[in-house]
Amino acid sequence: MTKTNNQPTGQAPGIGASQIELLEKLCNATAVSGDEHEVRQIVLEEIKEIADEVTVDALGNVLATKLGRGENRVRVMLAAHMDEIGFMIVNKHEDGLFEFERIGGIDERQLPGKSVLVGRESLPGVIGAKPIHMTTAAERNNKIETSALRIDLGPEIGDRVKPGDRATFATRFEVIGPSIRAKALDNRLGVATLIELLKHAPEQIDLLAAFTVQEEVGLRGARVAAYAFNPDMAIAVDATPAYDLPHWDDDDENDRYNTRLDAGPAVYVLDAATIPDRRLVNWLVETAQQAEIPCQLRQPGGGGTDAGAIHKVRSGIPSVSVSVPIRYAHTAVSLARLDDWTSTLKLLHTALGRVTPDLLAVERRD
Amino acid sequence: MKSLIKQLVETPGPSGFEYAIRDVIREAVADYADEIRVDALGSLIAKKGTKTDEGMRVMISAHIDEIGLMATYIDEKGFVRFTNIGGVSPLTCVGGRVLFMDGTRGVIGVDGIGWGKMPKLSDLFIDVGATSKEDCPVKVGDVCGFERPFIDLGKRMVAKSMDDRIAAAVAIEAMKRLTSTPHEVHFVFSTQEEVGLRGATTAAYGVDPQVGFAIDVTRSGDTPRTNPKMATALGDGVAIKVRDASFIADPRLVDWMVKSAQEAGIPYQMEVLEAGGTDGRAIQLTRSGVPAGCISIACRYIHSPSEMVDSDDVENAVQLLVKLLSDPIILE
Repeated sequence: MTKTNNQPTGQAPGIGASQIELLEKLCNATAVSGDEHEVRQIVLEEIKEIADEVTVDALGNVLATKLGRGENRVRVMLAAHMDEIGFMIVNKHEDGLFEFERIGGIDERQLPGKSVLVGRESLPGVIGAKPIHMTTAAERNNKIETSALRIDLGPEIGDRVKPGDRATFATRFEVIGPSIRAKALDNRLGVATLIELLKHAPEQIDLLAAFTVQEEVGLRGARVAAYAFNPDMAIAVDATPAYDLPHWDDDDENDRYNTRLDAGPAVYVLDAATIPDRRLVNWLVETAQQAEIPCQLRQPGGGGTDAGAIHKVRSGIPSVSVSVPIRYAHTAVSLARLDDWTSTLKLLHTALGRVTPDLLAVERRD
Repeated sequence: MKSLIKQLVETPGPSGFEYAIRDVIREAVADYADEIRVDALGSLIAKKGTKTDEGMRVMISAHIDEIGLMATYIDEKGFVRFTNIGGVSPLTCVGGRVLFMDGTRGVIGVDGIGWGKMPKLSDLFIDVGATSKEDCPVKVGDVCGFERPFIDLGKRMVAKSMDDRIAAAVAIEAMKRLTSTPHEVHFVFSTQEEVGLRGATTAAYGVDPQVGFAIDVTRSGDTPRTNPKMATALGDGVAIKVRDASFIADPRLVDWMVKSAQEAGIPYQMEVLEAGGTDGRAIQLTRSGVPAGCISIACRYIHSPSEMVDSDDVENAVQLLVKLLSDPIILE
């Protein structure tokens, strides 16, 4: 058994211009579930010089291993999903109008009037909507079903778009003051974080980084990635909604905020897919307290992360999730704070630097 | 056996937080197991017996978790909002009492909806007697179970967590009575069943059984105006599951279980459960697939704080389990 080592051995990472530039590239890339190619290429390019071994598995996950040094190294899996919610073209009509369906959890009310990018060529289109001039009051009170909407790519599009092509919101990445605005912050924030952790991996552990596919359609990539890695423990790194807005409809306190911006990384205690191992929850919270890194507990509730698949693999893998809080998740634009991202990276790096076999030597006490 | 049942049902252990009940079980099986281990998800696995030529590696799974609640928010006045762990009905919450894992007690109140209206969980709150957020001992993420003492009505028994501690009692009692077996039996006291058979999933992978049985409660169809209809009834014998919503029991095992019950003169009834799932599914679908069955105990008022079973059904379940594990398993 190794002795407790309270100091991270790798060089401490931070968020600067180059990390923001990488996040911009990742957010602006398209990787709707099942076709994560564009993000995968960016990830592979970033990590090829750092990881000891990199493979792309049958489902398209990028599995990168960074071996530590010394005896009794805990094998820690970190998972961040590369895929994003989006659309798939299902049928072509006259005049460059295309029927589409949603991939992953998207509220239909978010769709009309949005700009989108379609296919591998990122062709610009719009999800049209009836102008207010033509609608009745009754229509304006109703949701427009996806089946009644079309993506308009113009008559000149010809055969360049076909059923099966994916589409995503056309939002471009921006940093505005302390905030980041972009599409797909869920979960390019996790992907960028994981790349930084690989670059600054603590040496007393083996870091097993899984950049996973198809999370938004049912945690599919993470399941096979965990089977392949067969780790001692796992952390899903993701983004989660911050619904930290005041209640405007009554005087009640907002008791369903999920997470809050500016409160640091959100550690999970319960979601619909996982009851995280309390040994790991406590390890993260204690690390945050001792290192004076902001940290919050995500309110117990629904939702799920890659941990939901990972913890059930083989004979079971102690798992936990850590997310960057973001407002307006799964819409055309979400918003995060640079400071929350920095704290997330710092917490994970510091906590990983403190992992020893002792962490899992005690029985799960919850 | 009733004192063991009382101890098992009164120990709190919502899904994911089974450490207290696991300690009770560890002590209860210590004298009868050849080997005990705890897996990554917290299931306790007690091995008994050595596999002979006509024996198999057998998994028996009784889940030790129960439904419960987790605190999501403490308001300015010290009231605790919560979410469910497993299938909790708001109907059975109102006026209920809860016990947090640290010993804090509270009652469940409801506000803001008309009398006689069905509340949602979000209408409910726990009152632990605090006067403000500052003096509330409960924090976000803290877990509680329902609190209700065991009552012995003679033939019938009532408790908050007959689902599925009665099965744990059956498994422990069977371990005790099992004097000789041709099998290597792994008694799994599984975790997180109520949130999706999670503990049995990883335990089954670890045990790698050749055949497996879940033990669980099932609905009973013998109360006034039962709807939907169900053939099982309290006191009609141990129930042999044909199917539930999560899996179809291996028909060869079902036939063999029926034959065994008949041979031994154990009262039994057949069970077809149209909703609900059991660890049987987790066993059946592990690795390359495993023949799986389920021994059920009919239970009234499942997932309420007052679940009722019949003592004779429980005894018959023990007898059937001992009989099954004493004989070679015939799959034909």
